[in-house]
Amino acid sequence: MDSQIALLLAQDGVVNGAIYALLALALVLVFAVTRVIFIPQGEFVAYGALTLAAFQAGKTPGTVWLLLGAGVLVALIDTVMAVRTGSLNRLKRIVLWDLVLPVAVAGLVLWLEPAGLPLMVQVALSLAVVVPLGPMIYRLAYQPLAEASVLVLLIVSVAVHLALVGLGLLFFGAEGSRTTPFSEAQFALGTLTVNGQTLWVLGASAVLIVALYAFFGRTLYGKALRATAINRVGARLMGISTTMAGRLSFTLAAGIGALSGILIAPITTVYYDTGFLVGLKGFVAAIIAGLVSYPLAAAGAILVGLLEAFSSFWASAFKEVIVFTLIIPVLVWRSLTAHHVEEEE
Amino acid sequence: MKQRIPLLLFLALIGVGPAVLPEFHVTLLNYIGLYSIVALGLVLLTGVGGLTSFGQAAFVGLGAYATGYLTTAHAVSPWLTLLAGLAVTAAVALVLGVLTLRLSGHYLPLGTIAWGISLYFLFGNLEFLGGHTGLTGIPVLELFGWKLDTGREFYYLIWLVLLGAVLATQNLLDSREGRAIRALKGGGLMAEAMGVDTARVKIVIFLIAALFACVSGWLYAHLQRFVNPTPFGLAIGIEYLFMAVVGGAAHVWGALVGAGVITVLKQWLQDLLPKIFGQSGNFEVIFFGVLLVLVLQRAREGIWPWLRRLVPLRSAQRHVAAAEPLPARQMPAPGTVLLEVKGARKAFGGLVANNDMNLSVKAGEVMALIGPNGAGKSTMFNCISGVDPVTAGEIRFLGERVDALASRQIARRGMGRTFQHVRLLPTMSVLENVALGAHLRGAKGVLSSSLHLERAEEARHLAEAKRQLERVGLGGHLFEEAGSLPLGQQRILEIARALAADPCLLLLDEPAAGLRYLEKQALAELLRRLRAQGMGILLVEHDMDFVMGLADRVVVMEFGEKIAEGLPEEVQKDPVVLEAYLGGVE
Amino acid sequence: MTAPILEIRDLCVSYGKVEALHHINLKVEAGKIVTVIGPNGAGKTTLLSAIMGLLPSKGEIEFQGEVQRDIEVEHLVAMGMTLVPEKRALFGEMSVEDNLLLGAFQRYRHGARDQAQTMAQVFATFPRLKERRSQLAGTLSGGERQMLAVGRALMAKPKLLMLDEPSLGLAPLIVREIFHIIADLKQTGVAILLVEQNARAALQIADTGYVLETGSVALEGDSRQLADDPRVVETYLGLGGIRY
Repeated sequence: MDSQIALLLAQDGVVNGAIYALLALALVLVFAVTRVIFIPQGEFVAYGALTLAAFQAGKTPGTVWLLLGAGVLVALIDTVMAVRTGSLNRLKRIVLWDLVLPVAVAGLVLWLEPAGLPLMVQVALSLAVVVPLGPMIYRLAYQPLAEASVLVLLIVSVAVHLALVGLGLLFFGAEGSRTTPFSEAQFALGTLTVNGQTLWVLGASAVLIVALYAFFGRTLYGKALRATAINRVGARLMGISTTMAGRLSFTLAAGIGALSGILIAPITTVYYDTGFLVGLKGFVAAIIAGLVSYPLAAAGAILVGLLEAFSSFWASAFKEVIVFTLIIPVLVWRSLTAHHVEEEE
Repeated sequence: MKQRIPLLLFLALIGVGPAVLPEFHVTLLNYIGLYSIVALGLVLLTGVGGLTSFGQAAFVGLGAYATGYLTTAHAVSPWLTLLAGLAVTAAVALVLGVLTLRLSGHYLPLGTIAWGISLYFLFGNLEFLGGHTGLTGIPVLELFGWKLDTGREFYYLIWLVLLGAVLATQNLLDSREGRAIRALKGGGLMAEAMGVDTARVKIVIFLIAALFACVSGWLYAHLQRFVNPTPFGLAIGIEYLFMAVVGGAAHVWGALVGAGVITVLKQWLQDLLPKIFGQSGNFEVIFFGVLLVLVLQRAREGIWPWLRRLVPLRSAQRHVAAAEPLPARQMPAPGTVLLEVKGARKAFGGLVANNDMNLSVKAGEVMALIGPNGAGKSTMFNCISGVDPVTAGEIRFLGERVDALASRQIARRGMGRTFQHVRLLPTMSVLENVALGAHLRGAKGVLSSSLHLERAEEARHLAEAKRQLERVGLGGHLFEEAGSLPLGQQRILEIARALAADPCLLLLDEPAAGLRYLEKQALAELLRRLRAQGMGILLVEHDMDFVMGLADRVVVMEFGEKIAEGLPEEVQKDPVVLEAYLGGVE
Repeated sequence: MTAPILEIRDLCVSYGKVEALHHINLKVEAGKIVTVIGPNGAGKTTLLSAIMGLLPSKGEIEFQGEVQRDIEVEHLVAMGMTLVPEKRALFGEMSVEDNLLLGAFQRYRHGARDQAQTMAQVFATFPRLKERRSQLAGTLSGGERQMLAVGRALMAKPKLLMLDEPSLGLAPLIVREIFHIIADLKQTGVAILLVEQNARAALQIADTGYVLETGSVALEGDSRQLADDPRVVETYLGLGGIRY
């Protein structure tokens, strides 16, 4: 391997690593706030990418119907609950978020014919379709089990993941798609050629990380999420509802997932089940961080990206094996540094 | 006998199955049997032990590929390859278990996801395992010259193995080792205090689950006579977990029900869904995903408990056979110093919870540790009993330094304890909860438990538990669920559990809290009797009447330090103590 | 006689199959301090948790004249009920100021100025917190933590403040300070439900008191009278046999 190839691989690794970093951040966030290990994160990656691809191909993606269906279901369940407990003042919110919003988005998609629109509008529409699915899934699958153990929530996550992969196959078929790059530009950096899309990925990741940092450090809702992560009971006693925190963190995670998918879709072909492996690599990074530290998760993600890039050069057939066995030394290190057996409270 | 009818009926149906059923149904039953073996391991691991794995399919793969490779490439006898497969599986499971089980609960499942994926890709990419096409030409199993070359013949082997595994698992759960496994769900703290090595128990059940999966893989390979990576992927690993959860993860028979339901459903959905959707694909996973979420939300116990209500099976044991008492400890002579705490200090980060604590307890005396809430009494208890080691200072028990020992090692040396917040296994019977306390007085392991070769020892344990319950006055509640007792009696139950370990020193953390007046009197009477028998008792208590009427000596703590020590009458008059306890506003 | 701000009738709480609180009746009037005393394990914390909606319960809880059907913590906080739990439940890795800010979470619609005013009031009550405003809550001393916990609860401008063992683990001097502050808070019109093990201190500042024993109300009445009641003196003011 000469330095040229090494540089190329490093570039690949960093780009993928940036995506893994975003996903790892979302996973750490969701786990800290809700104790949910968010396996379906990867499906949001695929849904984001494939929804955009469907728009570009002039098709109506199935995710639009999923959004409508999930919205109606959530609205139905919440209305029944609201009536049963006599809190009818919630109806307005339910109708607005679970019925009006999905219908408006679906209407917009069907009316606009996104294929001919500028890329940024297509991206915005894709996000508008996919992101609301996050809080809806939280409502349907996790909220009734908010007090359950991490283990039960993990099993739910796996179940949701399976259901979403199946739906992905139904919506998008078994064929993969690529989308048009955000930028066709190419830059020479010494001997290395850097694609415009690469810069987009890195730039968008950096912007998103800074935005998240500001959100958690400066806004009341950001602080409320952190408070929930630190002390759930304390947060509830301040009137910060676990449900609100759960929905908000799932919205963020869905947004990060969908955006990650949209960013990589021009670089790699995305299939309905691609997201899972991508998401799991975010996971390896998050586990490196012990599911708690954001900076460590980001650093771990870059490490995973680089490892993947270089192992695909040396032993491409064993790329996945190498990346996922990385978890073993990480666990060794974690178990050596863990000072005691953690007690469930 | 009447209660065994449903079981006999089931066995009879299984027995005549191949003789009357069409080929397709026999095949289906074969698969249900194979899957049940794997799901059974998950029942032990997940439903009973509270751990889980998504990577069981990979262990199935190890069993299948071990025999596939060795029989085809090296012509090894299939019976030897079973042993080889088990050895490989055990090694892998041991490594994975040791690595993840010390960490909090979710690292094991996450580790198994990663490992499940790695192994799947490894099977598919290794040249000598045939890559993605796999291995063909795996030989037929032969048993004393009888060739198992059709599904109908193989059927009996599968179901014999399965029923054997069911029986062994049931036996195991109904034993001393089984109680230790069931205690995992009550939190490691209590189990360790009863002398259970929880890390070992976790690894043991993870190993058993992996070995069951491996056996299933070995059977699968010889039934199919070829293997490829597909049935060992993560998706199938997840499906195994579904089977256990849907069937009823806490129940041995739940594994069979779950495997049956999921297998039949899958078959049916795979026919139906592509017709509905007009395209082919694994759409049944959508259905399974939703089903599992609903089961967890609505009926977390799964199908089996519901089914069981329809078919009343053998009900729980209702009597305790007389048995020879367990060997008892030679009690130290009254007045011997049992416990000595010197200069103990405990800090949590910068917060000092105990500072320079000194106290001692002798055989045949009741020492009371009192002080306002938050004074550091429970912290002191945890230091003494090895739950949370001291930062500095020394603790001696029967003359031996114990401050660096784990709580189960201290328990073995004869120190029993109760907890401020009652730690019982609420759905287990009162009797078995107390029998758990005698854990350290048994020696029979997992194997003899599975085969029920330890019945004599088990009878002695149960008899001991009964004796201790009678001693504390709970003899009338042996077979009730521990969680249904009033809180005060649950505290008394904890004392019986501690006594079952045959200790010479008892640490009681607020035993009288929540008791009514008469119950308190009975408790005081019990403690007096124990004292008279030479037991040393260290007591944390808030009820002053109770303490003052019972204790021989009193140590008063405030802000983590000892502020007074002496006879009850002396302490009661000590102005420092009065200030600490009564310090008003003005 | 003012209208009760909180009235609970026939409240029962169970853990699994075991009932921990039996048919509790209790009343807190506006602007009064009511204390619930009793030995450990009597169910004091359980009572507060049930009122706050942290635990499911049976019976009726009427807050500000409204029977609460759907008891949800967040809703009760918005209505003006706050609880300072026994463990304080601070956000240790966040600054004192952020902790206070989150105390006013349900009042975010009132805007930044309202928030600043409330915080100024809290700082006036607890000058120590102002000094430490940018420090992490986890680095505070025991007394300061308790002050922050109370200050954070006051940020919600509660009508009813419930305190669970505010004296727990604090030095006598600090306990005295905290109790003085609680007595002063009464002047601002907030009703206080105080759960304490330090019975004498609690009865000194309270208007009425309830004695809880094994999940039931054993005694209730005017706090002065309770403090003199020989049964209370003997059982709960401790050190049986000592008369004072």
